[in-house]
Amino acid sequence: MPDLRANCAGIKSPNPFWLASAPPANSGDQIMRAFDHGWGGAVWKTLGTPIQNVSSRFGAVNHKNSRAIGFNNIELITDRPLDVNFKEIYEVKKRYPDHAIIVSLMVETKEEWKDIIKRSIDAGADGLELNFGCPHGMCERGMGSAVGQEPKINEEITSWAVEYSSVPVLVKLTPNVSDILPHGMAAQAGGAHGVSLINTIKSIIGVDIDRFVLEPRVDSLSTNGGYCGKAVKPIALHMTAALARDPNFNIPISGIGGICDWRDAVEFMLLGSSSVQVCTEVMLRGYRIVEDMIEGLEMYMREKGMETLDDLVGRAVPSFSEWGNLDMNYETVARINPKLCIGCYDCMVACHDGAHQCIFPGEDGVRVPIIDESECVGCNLCQIVCPVPDCIEMVEVDNGFATASWNEHVNDGATLRPKKGAH
Amino acid sequence: MASPIKPDRSEATFEDYKPAMSEHAAVLEANRCLYCEDAPCTIACPTGIDIAQFIRKIATGNIYGSAKTIFSDNILGMSCARVCPVEVLCAGSCVYNELHEEPIAIGKLQRYATDIAYQKGWRYFEAGEDTGKSVALVGAGPASLACAHELRVRGHACTIYDKRDVVGGLNTTGVAPYKMKADRSAEEAEWVLEIGGIDIETGVEVGKDLTWDELEEKHDAVFLGFGLGPDSSMRVDGEDLDGVVGAVDFIEQFKLGTVDLDGVSNALVIGGGNTALDVVRELVRLGVEDVALVYRGTEEKMSGYVHEWAAGKVEGVRAHFQTQPVAFLAGDDGKLRAARCVKYDANKKPVPGTEHEIAADRVYLAIGQGKLGELVGDLDGVELEWGCVVVDENGATGRPGMYAGGDCANGGKEVVNAAAEGKAAAIAIDAYLMGGE
Repeated sequence: MPDLRANCAGIKSPNPFWLASAPPANSGDQIMRAFDHGWGGAVWKTLGTPIQNVSSRFGAVNHKNSRAIGFNNIELITDRPLDVNFKEIYEVKKRYPDHAIIVSLMVETKEEWKDIIKRSIDAGADGLELNFGCPHGMCERGMGSAVGQEPKINEEITSWAVEYSSVPVLVKLTPNVSDILPHGMAAQAGGAHGVSLINTIKSIIGVDIDRFVLEPRVDSLSTNGGYCGKAVKPIALHMTAALARDPNFNIPISGIGGICDWRDAVEFMLLGSSSVQVCTEVMLRGYRIVEDMIEGLEMYMREKGMETLDDLVGRAVPSFSEWGNLDMNYETVARINPKLCIGCYDCMVACHDGAHQCIFPGEDGVRVPIIDESECVGCNLCQIVCPVPDCIEMVEVDNGFATASWNEHVNDGATLRPKKGAH
Repeated sequence: MASPIKPDRSEATFEDYKPAMSEHAAVLEANRCLYCEDAPCTIACPTGIDIAQFIRKIATGNIYGSAKTIFSDNILGMSCARVCPVEVLCAGSCVYNELHEEPIAIGKLQRYATDIAYQKGWRYFEAGEDTGKSVALVGAGPASLACAHELRVRGHACTIYDKRDVVGGLNTTGVAPYKMKADRSAEEAEWVLEIGGIDIETGVEVGKDLTWDELEEKHDAVFLGFGLGPDSSMRVDGEDLDGVVGAVDFIEQFKLGTVDLDGVSNALVIGGGNTALDVVRELVRLGVEDVALVYRGTEEKMSGYVHEWAAGKVEGVRAHFQTQPVAFLAGDDGKLRAARCVKYDANKKPVPGTEHEIAADRVYLAIGQGKLGELVGDLDGVELEWGCVVVDENGATGRPGMYAGGDCANGGKEVVNAAAEGKAAAIAIDAYLMGGE
């Protein structure tokens, strides 16, 4: 059996699956139940000066038959007394010594940081996570993403935390920036042992079109929330990879954003995450989802012949390049398997209206579309809309041209194949 | 050892009435599941399979884990996926029924996961450390298999005795072949036995070839899983005619061997239970032109499942309700030609003056099976009720070290009940053996 033990920035856990700092990691009772289900670690819901929340707090994006593919919240940090939180951290750590407890923190002044870090470590924290990401409410008070969006402030507060802490410090980054790299570099410069990303994305989840009020509605007003759930995964993957592939960024990453099952987790790890954090899917489905995540990861590693997470973490990072380095002469075309085709013609309309007009109706009353391969640009759109798995295959074509990227073409005059579909 | 299942059997021509799912269909269906907590489907399953969890694992492509979830609760999950009346158990309890939407196809999804596990040869269980204790299991049906497997996980040696030379009990000899054929049941038994340490003594009838005293002498505990007896008879004139046969007997014949129905065009099946409903549907598939059910009660009172009867009607089976044979009649050639019947009123009492004949060249009696409790009726502490062995909720009889489960104790329920009772008894036997009671 593969070894699932994780070590993210020196924080060790029996597996890489951590609860993110959020409602599922709000109390000792919850976290102990999560550990019993198999979670390897938990980032305690952010501690700071306890706040008071509003009602309501959550909203969701439903799409066709799928509920809550996107989710947002306007909840703030912990609303429970600090001494209660610290007592519970102590209890949980005593009962689960091998599980990772990372305490998320958000305070304002240097003195407050010093005090809350000491109390966290005294309670038994294995690591700290500095919440520089929250994009709603707390940022109005000069904390959360207000810190994360300013690299200088990020670096300075990080350096305080590192100075006061005897355990690893992760900086949780906000995605509400145009380029994640300077923010990751600021955390690194401040001495952080690792980063975790992404926090939630500033969002309006929807509008009540009868009341003319944003959702989630607090009487007659609302505010922007933090967007999360499956829908944010592509953004999170990009930011994770953008840090992982930078040669000057050299600290570990804990990946967060839309992780719902073991496949999502594997993707984050392939792009450089040495642990992964989950919130939304647990909020929707409960701690019990982790059983499948552990088994699925084990099975995947066994099939790939991987023994430890080191065989997996970062494995796909080298494939993330610039557009200018892509091989312009690599050519694929779509092929339809007539035995599998059910004749919906969804590929045809997509190609005609949304792509390059190379798919045509079947002939002689057979509803299997015909692809003009001489015009097909290999864009994947037909395969994406096809409801039948493996019915449309993107087939590599040998066009006789040697590999040539745009950069090689511009710099060295490498020969490009003739354009297709530019009629 | 058990003898292999012959390939040339009459049942071999039957096709699955619920065909296997493709990966695509399975994932689509799995993604419909609402992943209920404290799920009604699990509550309805006698073995308590964590159905929501195994279905979620199909959705994520973790089939290894999905089958593990199933087998952890029910080692006979492969056959149960095929033979369970899901319409009245898990799927019947699915919350989608509350929305008037199609319930999740739980049986088909379970079949999808367990079939892949069998194909891939995945193994999930190892025998526990040897305890030096030995348990005898009487009967090689589902109850004993489930019991023996759990006992092996707990480290106890097992010997299964069966008077027949096939294993799997009614799962092998009695399941309608459009649900599961005999070879699949035998394959399952083999798969279960791969845990090792389970001896199979076939052709041994306990009480005859080996006394109960000898059995108890040789083993530290005994599990009774000997099922039910032969088809019950009606005790009416003409029952001894060649054309009048027992339903369970007939099913076993065409499942393990061949039956010749040449010249049979007009069959009556007497009874209103699930065996009767199996036989009518089987006869239609075996090519008998005119198949009719004869049942003394009303259609609503039939003990057979509504969904099974509905399917039978669709397949062309007719029925004579509130009708009871009083004699079977031979023609001049001495062969069965008709059943003489009377009509019954709502209280199942004959209505005078209603005697009539229904033509038939073959009659199948499906009015129940005999109970075998008397096999152990003389043993001190063992109590019987209506021929069934009386047990507590852990399968314990009143005799120390003697447990029972499956049809011989419950009077004739589903395979999944036998699996649940066998496992529960194993846990109790383990406590008995290790607790030094």
